[in-house]
Amino acid sequence: MCGIVGLFLKDEGLAPELGAMLSDMLVTLTDRGPDSAGIAIYGPEVPGRTKLTVQSDAPDSEFAALAGALGADARLERRGNHAVLHLPEAMAAPLPEGLRVMGAGRRIEIFKDVGLPRDVVERFGIRGMGGSHGIGHTRMATESAVTTLGAHPFSTGADQCLVHNGSLSNHNNVRRKLRHAGMRFETDNDSEVAAAYLTHRMAQGDDLGAALTHALEELDGFYTFVVGTADGFGVLRDPIACKPAVMAETGQYVAFGSEYRAMAMLPGIETARVWEPEPATVYFWKH
Amino acid sequence: MTTPPRFSATFTPDINAEIRRAADTGLYDIRGGGAKRRVPHFDDLLFLGASISRYPLEGYRERCGTDVTLGTRFAKNPVQLDIPITIAGMSFGSLSAQAKEALGRGASAMGTSTTTGDGGMTDEEREHSTKLVYQLLPSRYGMNPVDLRRADAIEIVVGQGAKPGGGGMLLGQKITDRVAEMRTLPKGIDQRSACRHPDWTGPDDMEIKILELREITGWEKPIYVKVGGSRPYFDTALAVKAGADVVVLDGMQGGTAATQDVFIEHVGLPTLACIRPAVKALQDLGMHREVQLVVSGGIRTGADVAKALALGADAVSIGTAALIALGDNDPRWEAEYRALGSTAGAYDDWHEGRDPAGITTQDPALAARLDPVAAGRRLKNYLSVLTLEAQTIARACGKSHVRNLEPEDLCALSIEAAAMAGVPLAGTDWIPGRAGS
Amino acid sequence: MQTIDLATTPLRELNATLQAQTQDTNQTAWEVLNPRGAHAVAVGLDAPISVTVRGSTGYYCGGMNARAEITVTGNAGPGVAENMMSGTVVIEGDASQYAGATGHGGLLVIKGNAASRCGISMKGIDIVVFGNIGPMSAFMAQAGRLVVLGDAGEALGDSLYEARIYVRGTVKSLGADCVEKEMRAEHLAELADLLARAGAEARPEEFRRYGSARTLYNFKPDNAGAYG
Repeated sequence: MCGIVGLFLKDEGLAPELGAMLSDMLVTLTDRGPDSAGIAIYGPEVPGRTKLTVQSDAPDSEFAALAGALGADARLERRGNHAVLHLPEAMAAPLPEGLRVMGAGRRIEIFKDVGLPRDVVERFGIRGMGGSHGIGHTRMATESAVTTLGAHPFSTGADQCLVHNGSLSNHNNVRRKLRHAGMRFETDNDSEVAAAYLTHRMAQGDDLGAALTHALEELDGFYTFVVGTADGFGVLRDPIACKPAVMAETGQYVAFGSEYRAMAMLPGIETARVWEPEPATVYFWKH
Repeated sequence: MTTPPRFSATFTPDINAEIRRAADTGLYDIRGGGAKRRVPHFDDLLFLGASISRYPLEGYRERCGTDVTLGTRFAKNPVQLDIPITIAGMSFGSLSAQAKEALGRGASAMGTSTTTGDGGMTDEEREHSTKLVYQLLPSRYGMNPVDLRRADAIEIVVGQGAKPGGGGMLLGQKITDRVAEMRTLPKGIDQRSACRHPDWTGPDDMEIKILELREITGWEKPIYVKVGGSRPYFDTALAVKAGADVVVLDGMQGGTAATQDVFIEHVGLPTLACIRPAVKALQDLGMHREVQLVVSGGIRTGADVAKALALGADAVSIGTAALIALGDNDPRWEAEYRALGSTAGAYDDWHEGRDPAGITTQDPALAARLDPVAAGRRLKNYLSVLTLEAQTIARACGKSHVRNLEPEDLCALSIEAAAMAGVPLAGTDWIPGRAGS
Repeated sequence: MQTIDLATTPLRELNATLQAQTQDTNQTAWEVLNPRGAHAVAVGLDAPISVTVRGSTGYYCGGMNARAEITVTGNAGPGVAENMMSGTVVIEGDASQYAGATGHGGLLVIKGNAASRCGISMKGIDIVVFGNIGPMSAFMAQAGRLVVLGDAGEALGDSLYEARIYVRGTVKSLGADCVEKEMRAEHLAELADLLARAGAEARPEEFRRYGSARTLYNFKPDNAGAYG
C-alpha cells in the first residue's frame, strides 16, 4: 500500500520549483509508505537528444566505466546510485550487464530506491530539479519484496511511467500472459504487471487512454493508477474505488495526492478546486 | 457372482447428501464451528523433552512462569495476563448472555481476558471480565466511544480463520429484541454483514484508523489486529507497519457462529501453517516480542499451547474449546441432539439458535440451562489444566518460563507438519521446504 | 474563544484538551487553526462545546463525536463524523468518501458535495448534503435519514435496511433492494424538519423518497441473484 503524488504545472514560472514541490508532497505521505520511494520528473526536451536513467548496485565502478565508454556526444550525470545518460537520439548506449534501466525518453528521469521519502529525495537531489510535471510514490510493500526494483514508478515505455496504490488480485495470470507475449519482468510485484500491461497495449496500437480503459476490464483488484507521459499525466481508479484519490486545481497547477495533506502546502491551495476522481473513469491532463 | 458395493472416495455419502440438500433448498449450507476436516495440526508435532544434554526443572519447587504482557509497543496501559491463553472474540448474539458471563467469570478467575464479538459490548460482559478486548469489525454493530474507552484493548478485525474475507452472519432466529436493539437491526431478519471495513481499505488507511482509535482513547489501550490464515508473512508485516501493538492470527480450525460450510472448509490456512511465517515477519522487522503474536484456531490442550509458544507465539486464544468447557455439545443432551438430527460432538447448527446446551442460542428457556457461575468454574478449571499442562511440558524442556520454549524443542511426525512448522522430521535433520535442507 | 494552532500544537494535545471538556465547562467555544489536512482532528469529543476548524482536514475529523458542534470551514477528508453518536458536524466545503460512516446519531451537514459511500452502514445518524453524493452511498444503511439536495451517484442504498433516503436531484441508479417509495405526510414533515435543522433552502415537495424493498430480509433461493 502506498502514497501517490502528482503535479502538472500550468504556470511555467513554477518549473524550477517542481522537484522541491514534489519532494514536500511526497515526504508528507511518509506514513503511507515507509519502505521505498521514487519520483519521475519530466524536464525540458532537447531536440535530437534522449535520456536514459540507469541504476547500479556498484555505482562507483560501473558509472566510471560507463562514462569512459560513452562518446564525446554523450554525457553521464550521476545522482547517487542512479545516473542519467544524456545521449544523441539515435545512439544505442553500450549498457553493461548489471545496470538496470529505470526510465527512458526525451524528457523523463526516474529515481527510486529503498528508504524513507526524505532520504530518497535527498540522495538523488530531487529538490534541485525542475520540470513541467512529475509523479512520485512512496511504498508500503504488500505481497512482494522491498527492493529498489520493487519501488515505483515503473517505466512503461518512452517517457511513460506508472505508480499504483492498491492491490491487484489477478496479476499473476496477467503476468504469465504478458511473459508469453515476450515481456520481461524484474519483480513479482503487482504494480510492475500493471505497467507492463499498459506498455503491451500501447505496443499493440492503443493510445494511453484506450490502454487504461482496457485495464478496467483486464486488471482485477483495487487500484488508483497515476501514469506520467511526455506531455502530461493521467489518473484511473478501479470501479470499486476504495483507495483514496484527491485532486486540486488552480490557475497554476493540477495536483494529485492520496491524501489532501500532500497538497496542503501548495501555493493557492486554500482557494483551489478540490475534488475526487470518479471510479472507472480515465482522466487526463496534457500540455 | 456379485461384487460388494463400493463407495467412491470422490462422491462419498457426505458429499452426495450435500448435493441433495443443495438441490432441495437452493441455498448454501450454513453452519457454525471451524474446519472439521483433518489438516496438519499440533498433534503432528512432539516435544523432545529432557535428556543427557538438556535438564528438566522440578515441578512445584522450580517455578515455570506463565505471565505475558500484550501491547508493549505503543500503549500506555498494556494488558497483563497471568496465563498465555485468552478467550477469543465471540458475540453476544451468537452466544447467550449467560454464556458470555460464564466466559468472563472463568477468564477473570485465571487472570486473563475475554473478547467481545460482532454485536458490541454488553454491560454484563464488562462487569464480569477483568480484562476485556473490544472488537472493531466491518459491521460496527454497537460501536461507540464509551465502550471503546472502557475496554482494556481494541481488536481491529480484518478477518477470522473460518472465513478470511467473510463478514459476520447471524440469522433471524437469533435476532431477538435485545440483539436487534444492540445491532440497530429489525428483529427476526437475517443479518447481512459487510466483509470490508466501511471507512478504510488497506494497511495504509488502516494506519490512519489506528491513529484515530488511539486519539479517541488517549493512546492508553493496545491495538490488536486480527487476521485469518491467508498470507501470514505479509499480513503480519503490514500490521506492524500500520502500527499494531499485537497481531492475532486465526487458522482455519478457528470457529465461527455461522457461515457457509464451503468457506470454512476451503478458504484459509491451517493454524500450524500460519505461525512460522508470522514469526519470521516479526523477526525480519526486528519486532518479535515487541509486537506480540496471539495464535488461535484449534487450541485444545496444554500441549497445543506449548507448541504454539515454542513456534514463536506470545499467547494463544481459545473459542471452540472454551465453549466445550462450558458445556457445548455435552453428551447429557444427546436425546435433544438426536431430535435435531445430530449427535453430541457433531452438533454445529449454531446459527439456528436451538442449542440444547443453551450456549449458542437466544432462546430464554434454553439459555437458562446454563448456570453462569458453574460454567464459569468449569472454564476456570479447564484454563487451569491448559496452563499446568503447558508448564509441565516447559519444565521437561528445561524452561523456567513458557516463553522460553523454542522451535528447536520440537520435532515433527509428518513431512507436511515438518514443512509447515519449520522443524525437523523426528529422528532426522531434515526440514522440508527450506533451501539447502 | 479558545484557539489551538496545529502548526505549533501536537494533535495529541488538541484532542486531549477538547476531550477534557465536560458538561459543565465554561470554555464552550474553540477554534482550531492550520489543520492542513491533518487526520483525527477533534475526535472522541463528549461535551456541548463548539469547535470551528479553520481549513481542510484529513481523515476522520469529528470521529465518534458526542454532543459537540464541530464546523470545518474548508473540506473534510474520508470518514468525517464516522460513528458519530450525537451533536452536529457541519462541513462548509466538500466531504470525501465514507462521510458519516456507521453514525449512530447526531446531524452531519455537508454544504458542498460528498464523495462515494456517503452514509455507508449508517445506524441512526442524519445526514444532509446540499450538493451531490457519490456512488455506493447509503450502502447497508440501517437507520437514520440521508437527505440530498443535489444528485446521487450509482448504486444508491444498496442492501438497504431501514434508513430513509430523500433525493431532490437525479439518482444515477439504485442499489440492490432499494426502491422509490411513496412520500406521505409524515415523510414530508420529517424532511421539512431535517432541512430546517440543516439550514437548507429547499422544499420537501421537491424530493423523492427511497427505501428498502425488504426482499433480502430473509434469505430466499429466488433472491440468490441479488447476493451474487
